Amino acid sequence: MAPEPLLTAENLHLSFGTATALDSASVEVHAGEVLALMGPSGSGKSTLLHCLAGILHPDQGRVTYAGRDLTAMHDDERSALRRSEFGFVFQFGQLVPELTCLENVALPLRLGGASRRAAQRSAAAWLERLEVSDVAHKRPGQASGGQEQRVAVARALVTRPRVVFADEPTGALDTLNGERVMQLFVAAARETAAAVVLVTHEPRVAAYSDHEAVVRDGRVRTREYAR
Amino acid sequence: MCIVLGMSVGHALLGLLEGGPRHGYDLKRSYDERFGQDRPLAYGQVYSTLARLLRNGLVEVESEPGAGPERKKYAITDAGVSDVAGWLAQPEKPEPYLQSTLYTKVVLALLTGHDAADVLDAQRAEHLRLMRELTRRRDGGDLADQLICDHALFHLEADLRWLEVTAARIQQLAAQVRA
Ligand SMILES: Nc1ncnc2c1ncn2[C@@H]1O[C@H](COP(=O)(O)OP(=O)(O)O)[C@@H](O)[C@H]1O
Ligand SMILES: [Mg+2]
Repeated sequence: MAPEPLLTAENLHLSFGTATALDSASVEVHAGEVLALMGPSGSGKSTLLHCLAGILHPDQGRVTYAGRDLTAMHDDERSALRRSEFGFVFQFGQLVPELTCLENVALPLRLGGASRRAAQRSAAAWLERLEVSDVAHKRPGQASGGQEQRVAVARALVTRPRVVFADEPTGALDTLNGERVMQLFVAAARETAAAVVLVTHEPRVAAYSDHEAVVRDGRVRTREYAR
Repeated sequence: MCIVLGMSVGHALLGLLEGGPRHGYDLKRSYDERFGQDRPLAYGQVYSTLARLLRNGLVEVESEPGAGPERKKYAITDAGVSDVAGWLAQPEKPEPYLQSTLYTKVVLALLTGHDAADVLDAQRAEHLRLMRELTRRRDGGDLADQLICDHALFHLEADLRWLEVTAARIQQLAAQVRA
């Protein structure tokens, strides 16, 4: 028997005005696995990711994380859960441009109450892990796209989240830079036993996952389990 | 280029027989129409394939009295129907020029009332399985491994794009195939 999934979406429906983004979408994420959400553009991948992460509230259906019903929580309870248990990597524009890369990575720890020293020490270790120590004291704008995404990965992992949500994390990068980001990201996530929900329409990026689920017209068509 | 590679001619003929019993020449004609654009089937191949299907119990003959081989009508058996279903459900081993076989499968799935999207999904899963393996080998290998695996990965990715585009056009294709 497979163990209970860590995160579950059941029959999610969500419309934006007359546009149906999710139409009875269901998916399961298990602890420590890398799950790719694939599918054509506009199929509902990002919307599903946002619902799983408690950022969007579905019109119908339920999202359960570690036995807790996200859809029934108060907003502040859900925000607290997001800060402590989840990490996020987006395609771009997620780093604070006025802060150095080191400060960006330290920020989630500072918001969680860590001392400046402890936060920066930990942030420096993560930058090294992602092979971007050389941009620690630069601002994001002074780093390359590939370096910036590695800093973003460091920032997502620094709080040791149980789930990292990544929406087209290599979408703005060329092939080789994108691959390097995925290698370092997935290796680091596996080391910390974080599950990853990876939205991508690129098969070569999805090849870093353990399983895939295909989203089409707001529904999840398949979920392949490794044998 | 030949649309259907040797291996699947038998399955293609079987699939076409699901529409009802047919004479060999009639079967050849509808095969050529759908899959043989650039290279029609030879009569010899049609009859040798039908003979093999007959031996394996996948088709049976509805004979007309006193008729020669070209007057025989072939009908698919229950075993033949499950053989087609099994073939459609089984993804192909990822390899170059696969699209011809996949195209045949998708058309036959539509003709025989199977879910064509399932055929595409099963194939996507199979391709991704191989891509994961190649990615692991590439990332753990030396430069030669990297270049060799990358070559295979780019080809598999092209196949997957084709699967994606085909999936998006499946309704359109269904309307055409059933017209
Ligand atoms: N904030 C929004 N307002 C209006 N429509 C939206 C919004 N977000 C998404 N949609 C629509 O919902 C559908 C799914 O979008 P999305 O989840 O972003 O797809 P994907 O990430 O697979 O490209 C699309 O038709 C999109 O136009
Ligand atoms: Mg999106």
